[in-house]
Amino acid sequence: MKKYFQEFFKGIIRENPTFVLVLGLCPTLAVSLSVINGIGMGIAATFVLLGSNVIISLIRNIVPDRIRIPCFIVVIATFVTIVEMTMKAYSPVLDRALGIYVPLIVVNCIVLGRAEAYAQKAAVLNSFFDGLGMGIGFTLALILISAIREFLGAGKILGHTLIKGFTPAFMFSMPSGALLVIGLLLGFFNLLKERK
Amino acid sequence: MDAAQFLTIFISAVFIWNVILSRFLGLCSFIAISKETKPALAMSLAVMFVTTMSSLITWFIYRFLLIPFNLTYLRTISFILVIATFVQFVEMVIRKISPPMYRFFGIYLPLITVNCAVLGVAVLNSDMFFVNGQPVEGSFWYSLFQGVCVGLGYTLAMLLMSGIRERLELCAVPKSVKDFPLGFIIASIMSLSFLGFNGFRF
Repeated sequence: MKKYFQEFFKGIIRENPTFVLVLGLCPTLAVSLSVINGIGMGIAATFVLLGSNVIISLIRNIVPDRIRIPCFIVVIATFVTIVEMTMKAYSPVLDRALGIYVPLIVVNCIVLGRAEAYAQKAAVLNSFFDGLGMGIGFTLALILISAIREFLGAGKILGHTLIKGFTPAFMFSMPSGALLVIGLLLGFFNLLKERK
Repeated sequence: MDAAQFLTIFISAVFIWNVILSRFLGLCSFIAISKETKPALAMSLAVMFVTTMSSLITWFIYRFLLIPFNLTYLRTISFILVIATFVQFVEMVIRKISPPMYRFFGIYLPLITVNCAVLGVAVLNSDMFFVNGQPVEGSFWYSLFQGVCVGLGYTLAMLLMSGIRERLELCAVPKSVKDFPLGFIIASIMSLSFLGFNGFRF
């Protein structure tokens, strides 16, 4: 049991996909405009990671090595299509807010990266916890970035005003604000690592 | 189909909605390969070729397979499979006919499969130039042109970035922001300057 906990927790801090592995940045930056979008994208990506990790781990001994990438991509794309259809049906507002970044989960480097680096070699339960941990790590990173951006760019968090009379800097709602926030956060985490 | 529309597509894909700096597509390769100008240019040319060709192929698939058979929900799967196969095919052809070119492009080609810009432009085309499952007038040429322009926008951002980073090699920067963090901060400033194009109206 302890082993599974380890698989689960490594994705959250020690091997955080966004801040340590620096993978899957396109959606991270594009949808982090508000916390609610960040959470939506995080849940969608976690579902895809979990599903694809389990299925890929199940088929790992059947798939020939040479054509493994196309096979993995089909598995991933299937889960992404499920997410797309579910989101369209149950949450059209979120679907419009996330736009083309939902189908683009297919090419999110985290998902294929975990399939390549982990799930194709590991047992099913390990892959399950790896996917869950990575997904939650990704979601937490998204929430952190989008909270900073929503607070500085719109003066709100989850739609609630925090400080009365605070003048938001519109730049943080723009693409350049996203790049600045992730750059500074990455630098900050590197600094923490050095200090240790 | 008129010339003004092409100009709008050009300006918006290259400047206003630059793939990298505004849409954040292909960011991984942008940060990873922009350390020197020569590999950056090779990658950009390869991306431009693949975005153009995949716009062409996916348009035909969307128009003649997915729409008539009411299969548009298979868009993501079919597009990514076709793109992956196409990239693999190009890699094989280049290796066969031109070994020097293969050495030049070779290592970057497989990376393009998972470059969001390629799937992104295919998805954008099918969103923008099809209305209620019917292609708009001139949809084919618009899609193709948008593929070229997205590649051009990628090249522009890549060349600017690699030029800046080559000079940065000589600067003393704090160790904690070296490479990735500094790359993002520079990209942020570039993106801010590209924001100036936002006021353009036609």
